[in-house]
Amino acid sequence: MKKSVAKGFLTVIMLVVALAFLVPIYFVVLNSFKGKLYISDDPFALPTAMTFSGLTNYINGIQKTGFFSAFGWSCFITILSVLAILLFTSMTAYYITRVKSKLTNALYYMFVFSMIVPFQMVMFTMTKLANMCKLNSPPGMVLLYLGFGAGLSVFMFCGFVKSIPIEIEEAAMIDGCNPLQTFFGVVMPILKPTAITVSILNAMWIWNDYLLPYLVIGLSTEYKTIPVVVQYLVGSYGAKDMGAMMALLVLAIIPIIIFYLACQKYIIEGVAAGAVKG
Amino acid sequence: MQKTLKKYFPIFVLPTVIAFAFAFIIPFAMGLYLSFCKFKTVTSAKWVGLSNYAQIFADDKFTNAFWFTLKFAAVAIVSINLLAFLIALALTQKIKGTNLFRTVFFMPNLIGGIILGYIWQSMINAFLVKYETTLVANATYGFWGLVVLMNWQLIGYMMIIYIAGLQNVPPDLIEAAKIDGATPWQVLLNVKIPMVMPSITICLFLTVSNSFKLFDQNLALTAGAPSNKTAMLALDIYNTFYGRVGFEGVGQAKAVLFFIVVAAIALTQLVATRNKEVEQ
Repeated sequence: MKKSVAKGFLTVIMLVVALAFLVPIYFVVLNSFKGKLYISDDPFALPTAMTFSGLTNYINGIQKTGFFSAFGWSCFITILSVLAILLFTSMTAYYITRVKSKLTNALYYMFVFSMIVPFQMVMFTMTKLANMCKLNSPPGMVLLYLGFGAGLSVFMFCGFVKSIPIEIEEAAMIDGCNPLQTFFGVVMPILKPTAITVSILNAMWIWNDYLLPYLVIGLSTEYKTIPVVVQYLVGSYGAKDMGAMMALLVLAIIPIIIFYLACQKYIIEGVAAGAVKG
Repeated sequence: MQKTLKKYFPIFVLPTVIAFAFAFIIPFAMGLYLSFCKFKTVTSAKWVGLSNYAQIFADDKFTNAFWFTLKFAAVAIVSINLLAFLIALALTQKIKGTNLFRTVFFMPNLIGGIILGYIWQSMINAFLVKYETTLVANATYGFWGLVVLMNWQLIGYMMIIYIAGLQNVPPDLIEAAKIDGATPWQVLLNVKIPMVMPSITICLFLTVSNSFKLFDQNLALTAGAPSNKTAMLALDIYNTFYGRVGFEGVGQAKAVLFFIVVAAIALTQLVATRNKEVEQ
């Protein structure tokens, strides 16, 4: 009896905390439907007949930023980068775990080392290099993300490849598989749990990344991603349109929430698994 | 097997290494070299020795940013880990709605730093408007705004890691402690916490490095206002690079120093907590 009372009490506390967690989302959604001049009057009140502005803010926000184009480029860059990271870093990890040499050893430590280097260390030189080599396009971004994602991804795949018994691969080789067939036919399927973790961690980071696309691609092209247009509308506008800003924030959150609710199980498992190996 | 695989180096390793060279190896080496040079573009560099490093401390922007970052990190690390651990404890008690709570708490983590920053900026301003002030009027508001924001973002992530750790504590160990007459408090202190030490290591590591490297949230929430008092290290480096012409070398020197600080903290912290872990 005493135990169930304590549990009920705990549930109530958690409910209060959960509601508090949702306040910022509630706040933004609420104000995205108010006329821009009314937002600061009573920010936490529901829209009334006078302050309700329908979809005006959304239309404004979309027009001012080209939101749909940004959404498209965000998808393009994120999906291709994650696929490239999955394919290439798993192959690299497999090779440097199975082939023991000074070179592979050095490569492994270089990948690990890159994980602790803050972005600011390479920010300026990398941007210049990318511009010199004409990487300032979405495919160029995919190459750069592969390079930046390589550290963590190779590290995580290496940890997993080490635990695969080498006999399985040797059996495949004896049966006449070449290394590529062995990797894609035998090793890749075993790597699947790690692959899911790696894709989720990278997708979360690349989708939300602001500085790299802003510095490499910039504001003047049509390839702006969602974080870049949000900063562009909100950060550098002279007269702030609070309504459009709220609407844009809601639009930026919606795809993430849909993705989250759809893949929640994998995301949470991925984060927990990623932490154990990291 | 090694011999056959070895011939496949170009297919297995080269693509990653080329991308890695472009994104990391070459920029890192260039950055290290250029921190000793005066330059405007990468090709017009002139060796100036340590003068960039001396100039870092010519004004107190970098030192201010360092102290602000340190204070922020200290408060954020303690509050995030404490709250995340408490929530993880609550959510491993088999209460109703555990899955729903977990979903809600983790969600802010998926929202990007820029967007998070603006959500909180508008909300804090909406709150402060009643007192006829704004977020950028006082550096203290910016400081606590950042702390709250980071708590909102990271608690869910750390909670997931703590939950995974707590679920891995063998139930018979807890059972044995209870039979020996341990109170729930003693079970927590002497069984659960020592057993989740690996999770604590990871969470501390993640919060430390996230707090020190924080940029997007800082830029969106206050952009350093008022007068750079709320600028953290990463933002100060960014401003040195792109805000003033002719200071690229100083920016790069600051970046090298920043890298050394981050690496040193990460390594000491990792070694220090690894020693406290117990064998299962």
